[in-house]
Formats: sequence, C-alpha cells, structure tokens
Amino acid sequence: MSILINKDTKVITQGITGKTGQFHTEKCQEYANGKECFVAGVNPKKAGEKIFDIPIYASVKEAAAETGATVSVIYVPPAGAAAAIWEAAEADLDLAICITEGIPVRDMLEVRNKMKKKVAAGGKETLLLGPNCPGLITPDEIKIGIMPGHIHRKGRIGVVSRSGTLTYEAVAQLTEIGLGQSSAVGIGGDPINGLKHIDVMRMFNDDPDTDAVIMIGEIGGPDEAEAAMWCKANMKKPIVGFIAGVTAPAGKRMGHAGALISGGADTADAKLAIMEECGFTVTRNPSEMAKLLKAML
Amino acid sequence: MKIHEYQGKEILRKFGVTTPRGVPCFSVDEAVKAAETLGGKVWVVKAQIHAGGRGKGGGVKVAKSLDEVRQYADQILGMQLVTHQTGPEGQKVRRLLIEEGADIKKEYYVAALTDRATQKVAMMASSEGGMDIEEVAHSTPEKILKVFVDPAVGLTDEQALLLSNGIGVPEGSTAQAVDTLKKLYTTYMETDCSLAEINPLILEGNGTIKALDAKFNFDSNALYRHPEIVEFRDLDEEDADEIEASKFDLAYISLDGNIGCLVNGAGLAMATMDTIKLFGAEPANFLDVGGGATTEKVTEAFKIMLKNPKVKGILVNIFGGIMRCDTIATGVVTAAKEVHLSVPLVVRMKGTNEEIGKQILRDSGLPIIAADTMAEAAQKIVDAVK
Repeated sequence: MSILINKDTKVITQGITGKTGQFHTEKCQEYANGKECFVAGVNPKKAGEKIFDIPIYASVKEAAAETGATVSVIYVPPAGAAAAIWEAAEADLDLAICITEGIPVRDMLEVRNKMKKKVAAGGKETLLLGPNCPGLITPDEIKIGIMPGHIHRKGRIGVVSRSGTLTYEAVAQLTEIGLGQSSAVGIGGDPINGLKHIDVMRMFNDDPDTDAVIMIGEIGGPDEAEAAMWCKANMKKPIVGFIAGVTAPAGKRMGHAGALISGGADTADAKLAIMEECGFTVTRNPSEMAKLLKAML
Repeated sequence: MKIHEYQGKEILRKFGVTTPRGVPCFSVDEAVKAAETLGGKVWVVKAQIHAGGRGKGGGVKVAKSLDEVRQYADQILGMQLVTHQTGPEGQKVRRLLIEEGADIKKEYYVAALTDRATQKVAMMASSEGGMDIEEVAHSTPEKILKVFVDPAVGLTDEQALLLSNGIGVPEGSTAQAVDTLKKLYTTYMETDCSLAEINPLILEGNGTIKALDAKFNFDSNALYRHPEIVEFRDLDEEDADEIEASKFDLAYISLDGNIGCLVNGAGLAMATMDTIKLFGAEPANFLDVGGGATTEKVTEAFKIMLKNPKVKGILVNIFGGIMRCDTIATGVVTAAKEVHLSVPLVVRMKGTNEEIGKQILRDSGLPIIAADTMAEAAQKIVDAVK
C-alpha cells in the first residue's frame, strides 16, 4: 500500500500541451506503471487530438467520464491555475495536484473557500496537493509531478515536505542507506495550499505499509506546529523532523511565498522546539535525517 | 512589494477612505511650498521610507510654522533614519510627506491580512492604536479583535460593527468606522495585498475617522494584474543586489556572513545556510538558482555573490533532478573562469548525472573542492576560509 496514489491510479494532466506539462508528462509516463496511469489530457482548443498517445479532452469532467480517471495534475500557468483547480473539484475528482508556482494568493483563497463550501453543502471533497509543489510519488508504482524518479526506491518510509529539492535530499539519503519509501509527498511552499503536514501525517499513520516518517518543514506559518500537536496525541510511528531556515532573517521572503517569518512562532527554532516537545527526533543537521531515522527502526 | 505611506494613502483615498490632505515632496523648498498650499497652522513632516517605527527614530515631526516646516524638512531629508526595522545602518530618507495637522482624540489600529490557518482574510482591530502592534499582541493579546472574512461574501456590516464597537468607537462615529473597515477590506482584495494596515486610524475631535498612516504589502505573484501598483515601486528602498538578481530570475537575499551559497530550491538553500552555521560560520546570502539554471544564470549568480566584499568562500549545493549535474558543473566551471574566482569553492552535487558532473569539475583545472554531503561541504568551506 501507499498513500493517495498507487499503480492503479488513473491521471488527467491539465496543461498537458504546454512546455512544462509535455516535458513532465513524458517523464511520468516513463516511470514504472506510468504508461497505464496517464490516461488523459485537457485543453478545450485541442480536444480530439493526442499527445504521447494520450487523448486530449475539452474538460476535466469529460476526461474523467471517458477514462475513469480520479486524479489530476495541473501545470497550467499561474493566471489560470486556480480555475484549473476548481475545474478538477467540480468534476468530483479524488485528488488534484497543482505543480504551478506563482499563483496569486487571492485566487488560492477564493478557490479554497469554494472547495470547502462545496464539501459543507454535501458535495464530494476533492483533495488538493500544492500548489507550488513537486507532486508525489509511490516508488516503483507511479510518479505524479516533477521529482527525479531514479533516486527513489520502494520501501516503508514516508516523506513529507514543503520543499522540492529538500524532499529529494531526504529521499536520496534514505535510498543510499537502504531504506525505501512508501510515498514521498511535496505539499508545496505557498501560504495558502491544500493538504498540510497534519493531513499527510494522518495518512502515513493509517498506512499499514509505512513504518516511520521524515517530516520536513520550513519557516513561516502554523502548519508544522499543528501537525506536531496532532502527532503527539495520535502518531504511532517514529518521526524525524527538520525545519529549514534557522539562519533566515525575519521579514524576508526566502524564495517560497510562504517562507516568511512575521512572528515568533514562525521561526525554525520555535517549530523545532514544539516538534521536539511532541516526541519527534529533530535534527539541525539536514545531512543526517535518514541516519537518525534508521537508528530508530 | 512594499510602497510608501503617501502612496498607500493615495490608494486608500481611491477606495473612499478619509485621510489627511498631504503632498509628497523631494526637496525642502517643495516641502515649504506644500505646507503653504495646504494652509492651516500645523503640519506634519513625515519621512517616507519603507520601514516602520519612523516616529521613534526622529523621522516624524509636528511643525507649527512654515519656518519649522523648513527646519524639519531640512533635518529629515537625507538623514539615515534608523528604526527597529531598518537595521543599525538605517535607511536614507529621499522623500517626505507634508500633511495637514490632525486633531487626534483617540488612536485605533486596524489591519487586513491573509490568515494561513483559516485560509481567510483576517480583519483586525485594536483600541491600542499608534503602538507597535506586535508589542500589543504580546502583552495584551485580548486587546486585538479579529474577524475572518468569507471571500464570497466580503466583510459584513455585522462583522465591521463587532470590530468598531469592540475597540470603543463612539456611537456618533460608528457608521464611518464601519464604512472605513469595509473599504479597507475591499482595498485589500481589489489590489491583491498581503498586508494593509492603518496604524493609527484616528478619531478627531469633530467625530471624523481618518487614516493617519498606511502600510501596504502586495502579493508579488499578483503584480502582473496591477501595473498601477508596480508604478509605485521605489528601487531606492530595495537592496541593489537583490534587484540585480531578480533580473535573472534568481531569488537572492543578502545576509551578514562570509560564505556565499548557490543552491537549487528554496528549502535546500535554507538547509545549506543552516548547515554552514551548524559548522561554525555564517552564510553571506540566500540564493536559489531555481529549476532551470543555465550557464548564464550560474555566472550571474557568481557575480552577484562576489560583489559582496565579505564573501571569503563559496559553497555550491545542487540536487540534480530535472536539472542535470553535468549542466550545472559546466555552468560552475564557466562562471568560475569568467569571474576569475579567487576565493575557495566547494561543490556538492547529487542526483542526475552526478558522476559526469564531478568529472567535469575535476577536468576543469580549477581548484574546486568536491564534497559528497551537505555536512561535508559545509565543513570543507568553513575550514577553507579559516
């Protein structure tokens, strides 16, 4: 097992005809069961055409109806990305993964509130991963997103992080010392996003094929603290935690839109302290995340 | 993106919020002329810099005659204004705002900002206006009231009334306070703010509610749809190296240490800085070259890092995913040669085409120090600059 996706997942690519969408769709197809998984693309102007043998449909709804796909990945440029997320939600998909970086915060506020209202009114919930994230992977089964597939190895460790390359760093460390991954999830670096650390930790906790988790966070926002409190009360598996940005100055946006210290609770030190209090094995040395985890198994 | 107070007030007025009358000025003569034009007997001479805490730093003065306006304008214009937000070196004052005096009866605080936990806009208000709001939040958090706004509905009359009554606006001024709060919310949404703060919002003797200050931050992801706000950008208020870096799509932030770092990915870049500190030195910068780094981008990144005279060594940490290590290695070698690199350089590369990349570095004839892990890289560069 794994979380969120597996080799049987059927995926729609929104923004498949753009340069980024094309490039990564090809890489995702090449990975493990990718040829079977990536079944549809969406572009209203190119409906009826094909790209890498993947049929293109006019809408997500139509693509889902025709192919039975339940997940979409979004590479649509920033100005149209929130609308693309909403289209996936309106089509009642299980999960939308938004890779796009640079979406206006107001657009994300509006679409997140619409998605929550739909659920409150009894509508189906579409989970959102991202935006501004690398996507997620279940090694040897399926990769949805922009991470390099070859560094992964099938196994029993979960990885969740706000940062792309820092996720790869953790995964490569694990693979190098012989620990594979159940799933590796990038939740993205934006201030308003979908799945948070707490949601992914909950899934790893419930997944019988995950034995332990590396949770990586960074400065800014309350998410890591919230997840840590939940883990203290509920998590049955060992966790190694790292927070990037001990050296980040306050008031400066460190690359990610959400990586900004605006108050005391936003700092890496504050988050590391809470995680430690909540029973995580925290480290200030990101090179030893996997080694620490191995010692706990 | 930040803007000046006078620009913020211009935006507020456009959305119907009452502010004092004022004129932005770039010289002492302009300041005196502005005061004459405004008329009255009392004026406020206000330094315009992007940092807060200007009053405490001596950047805001009340003038009771035109001579005083001249005197204060002369004092403030060109001064290095030091506030708790500028750092010890301060920020040079290049612009002034000359404003009519206000009859302040009571000062409030109101602000709008995006709340990450609820994923809604939080409208905040406090009776403790004119103070450092973080201080208020720390010592008397019960004096800050918050309501969360559904973006599909907007700030309701009930919510605005709750805030207005909660901070003690007298009955006769309630209608204007409610109206001001709703307009502040509209301004926040319509202009894609990430912070809109009026501190203080004042009650005048005659019951009028006025915005005496205006602090705005804008979501840089949304600037493409607000050319009128981009016009307000003041490059004098920003770090020259950061501006230069942004031209090449590099995320760069100057820091105080002596080890330059060049990394791909924001999280990994911060982790690299943290590792340098862990091994006893301090990073000179944050620099994310992003996912699609070319030789040109890497060269520019080296140039920007080396402009900083404090840099005694450079650490390159690349996790090759889609971007291959050989591409980066070629970029690093080209850049090091082009800038005649004279400080120690440690390169740690991992991921796609790692071995080819390392070979390129070895074959370059340059004294590049290779490392396998972030920790090893940090240790080596710290040792090299000792």
